[in-house]
Amino acid sequence: MSEPLVFHFDIDGEDFISAGQASIQIKKNLRRIGLDPEIIRRVSIAMYEGEINMVIHAKGGEADVKLYEDRIEIILADKGPGIKNIDEAMQEGFSTASDTIRSLGFGAGMGLPNMKRYSDEMEINTEIGVGTTVRMVIKLA
Amino acid sequence: MTVGKLCELSEFEAVCLPEPEREINGVYIGDLLSWVMGRARQDNAWITIMSNINVAAVASLSDVSCVILAEGVTLDDDVASTAAQKGINVISTSFAAYETALLLGSIIQ
Repeated sequence: MSEPLVFHFDIDGEDFISAGQASIQIKKNLRRIGLDPEIIRRVSIAMYEGEINMVIHAKGGEADVKLYEDRIEIILADKGPGIKNIDEAMQEGFSTASDTIRSLGFGAGMGLPNMKRYSDEMEINTEIGVGTTVRMVIKLA
Repeated sequence: MTVGKLCELSEFEAVCLPEPEREINGVYIGDLLSWVMGRARQDNAWITIMSNINVAAVASLSDVSCVILAEGVTLDDDVASTAAQKGINVISTSFAAYETALLLGSIIQ
C-alpha cells in the first residue's frame, strides 16, 4: 500500500481567537487535491471540533491528518487533563467549558458528538493527568 | 436566490460580500457554534446574533452561503476583514431572526 500524504499541525493552546487555523488549512489542502466537497466538509468540521476541544481543555496539542487512497485519518493528541467519563462527554449537551467559552458560542456539549457524527469511526484513548488521543476515520469510498 | 440579490433588498445590508453569486438553499438559525456546525447545511443562510471571530471559521467550515447578523448586530472591522479573506459573505439586518427567516422563506422558493 502506498504511503499516506500527511499534514501535521501544532495547535496553539493559548490562542482561542485564532483557533481553527489548522482545520481551515486542511480544508484548503483537500480542496486543492480535489476531494468531494461533502468529505471535505466532514473532515474539516470534525477536525475543528477537536481543535477547539484541545484549545479549551488541554492548552493545545498536535494534529495529524493522513490521506490514504480509501480513507482520511485525523489524529488529535494532547497532554491535557484527560476525560473523566467518556460516556458522559459523548452526550449532546454535556460540557465542562467555562462561562467565558460559552459566551463565545462554544461549550454547548456538541464537540465530541459532532466529531462522531461526521466521522465513520472514532476512538478515544484518554488517561487522567496524562492526555487524550482521538483518532477519527472518514472513508473515501 | 443568490446572496448578492438578497442584499439588493432594503431589509438587508452587505457587511462583506466576497462571493455574491452563492445560492441560498435554505435557512439555519443558531448561536451555539458547535450546534450550528452539526446542523447547518451547505449553502444555507445562517442567521445569528453572534459576531465574534469564531463565526467566520464556523461559516467557512460548514460552508454556508452567508451569515446574516440579525437584530442590527454588526461586525468589528477586524472580524469583517477576516470574513472577507475567508470568502464569507456577511449581511446585516435590523430584523429579528424569526422575521428574517420568514422573509427568506417567502423569497427563496
